[in-house]
Amino acid sequence: MFDVNNIRKDFPMLKQRMQKHPLVFLDNASTTFKPKSVVDAINNYYLKETSNSHRGDYDLCFNADQKLLETRGVVAKFINAKREEIVFTSGASMSINLVAYGYASKFLKKNDEILLTEAEHASNVLPWYKVSELTGAKVKFIPLNKEGRLTLNNVKKSINKNTKIIAIAEVSNVLGFIAPIKEICKEAHKRNIIVVCDGAQSVPHRKTDVKDSDVDFLSFSSHKMCGPTGIGILYGKFDLLKKMDPLMSGGGMNAKFDMCGDVEYLLPPVRFEAGTLNLAGVYGLKAAIEYINKIGIENINKYEQQLREYAINKLKKNKDIIIYNETAESGIITINKKKVFAQDEATFLNSQGIAVRSGQHCAKILNDFLKTPATIRISIYFYNTKEEIDKLIEALNKEDYLDAYFLN
Amino acid sequence: MPISLTNDMMRQIIMDHYQNPIHKKTPKSGYTSIHSKSENCIDDIHVYLKLENKIVKDCLWDGIACAISTASTDIMCELVINKSEKEARYIIEQYFKMIHEEKFDEEALGEAIAFINTAKQAARIKCACIGYHALEDLLNKHGK
Repeated sequence: MFDVNNIRKDFPMLKQRMQKHPLVFLDNASTTFKPKSVVDAINNYYLKETSNSHRGDYDLCFNADQKLLETRGVVAKFINAKREEIVFTSGASMSINLVAYGYASKFLKKNDEILLTEAEHASNVLPWYKVSELTGAKVKFIPLNKEGRLTLNNVKKSINKNTKIIAIAEVSNVLGFIAPIKEICKEAHKRNIIVVCDGAQSVPHRKTDVKDSDVDFLSFSSHKMCGPTGIGILYGKFDLLKKMDPLMSGGGMNAKFDMCGDVEYLLPPVRFEAGTLNLAGVYGLKAAIEYINKIGIENINKYEQQLREYAINKLKKNKDIIIYNETAESGIITINKKKVFAQDEATFLNSQGIAVRSGQHCAKILNDFLKTPATIRISIYFYNTKEEIDKLIEALNKEDYLDAYFLN
Repeated sequence: MPISLTNDMMRQIIMDHYQNPIHKKTPKSGYTSIHSKSENCIDDIHVYLKLENKIVKDCLWDGIACAISTASTDIMCELVINKSEKEARYIIEQYFKMIHEEKFDEEALGEAIAFINTAKQAARIKCACIGYHALEDLLNKHGK
């Protein structure tokens, strides 16, 4: 049974206050709160199980190795991958950079093309610009439809004989539309195009199955799914990972090396994990996925959709609110209040204890599409409630945003 | 701290300068300028200065900005026009003192006192200072 009130008890942050109000956290697309079990797991590593992983001869080290192995397994099962296809990184940004530098820069050539969308987050644009600089490949943008959605048809129209990579977010962090990844992969693979999917906004919220979608690479972050910061995941099909170069070299990723410069790398995933991993992060990530599994990702998804619908219906009653993505499927709702600069309204919401994000949300290209310099992004997670949405609506209905500075 | 303006007056000052900024325009020539962009928010402005014989002959600004940065920068322009470089620097200094809740010279700040509560919304301190920092940089570069 999904009981939000019980769930909320697991999250210490939800008891915090902001500007003398109970905290209403609606910025879950940027990061999420952690259940106590995750914090306990991290503490457990530091208080009881500290040791480095890899080839220790003592129990503590063996245990850390075991935990690392188990976590890889838990992550793999979560997205229906194999354990050896799960690479630990510092976060989704590093995961994308790893594919961009380690794979794309190695194989792309002049005049090859990389397809992105206008809605991509900076982390899924800038690494590809770099690849373009390094290889002479071109970055092109797949147009969105009128609604702001990425359609299979537009993908098909943008593909040509030079297309080598399609890099897109499964759920856009500004508009929250779901891209038809499975269909895109099917189309791309007919032409040997590699699909790199940014799952930062999708994996935490909906069932992910990399076998079913057949995606080639998938990146996501732990901290957007109840886990700690500083750890993320790159999934890659094993054959592709084997061809990919590491971004960092060092201890733990080489099998042997000599003074003549001959180096033999270990197989993936450890090839990409030079140096000491964020082990506390690994412990926390495992606990986070176990927590999500306990609630059930389908339940989470269903609840978020209900909450979204509730919020949209209420927002629509206020004639001064512009909703940019009414028809999106995710927990991301992008709005503006007429005649109020997004940042001013967000500041007012802060004064009411409500955390939202204003700005371009790291997707600067999109503002040319929305025709506004900034928006307010409301992003929900499964611990948010209807009562919190009511508070948001009530605050948005208030007229004078300068109250933020003049009310006590 | 005794302040001569009421809250309602301060609100009105901010709204007036936000809705109808007086000095928001890009000059054709004869000005030195600086581009200022906040890392944390959307504010993205240029400040333009015309300095002659150590006197601020004119000060303008233009760009994309929230109510707080728009009004604060516009009022700043109003305050420094026809002041000596030294006086302008004094205004900037007193303004930063006010923003950071230190003792300051109310006389020097005029309408800029409307921003005395900025610290309540700590995330907006940068907005309230963006124009002042830009002008300070311009004076450091072109003044003396």
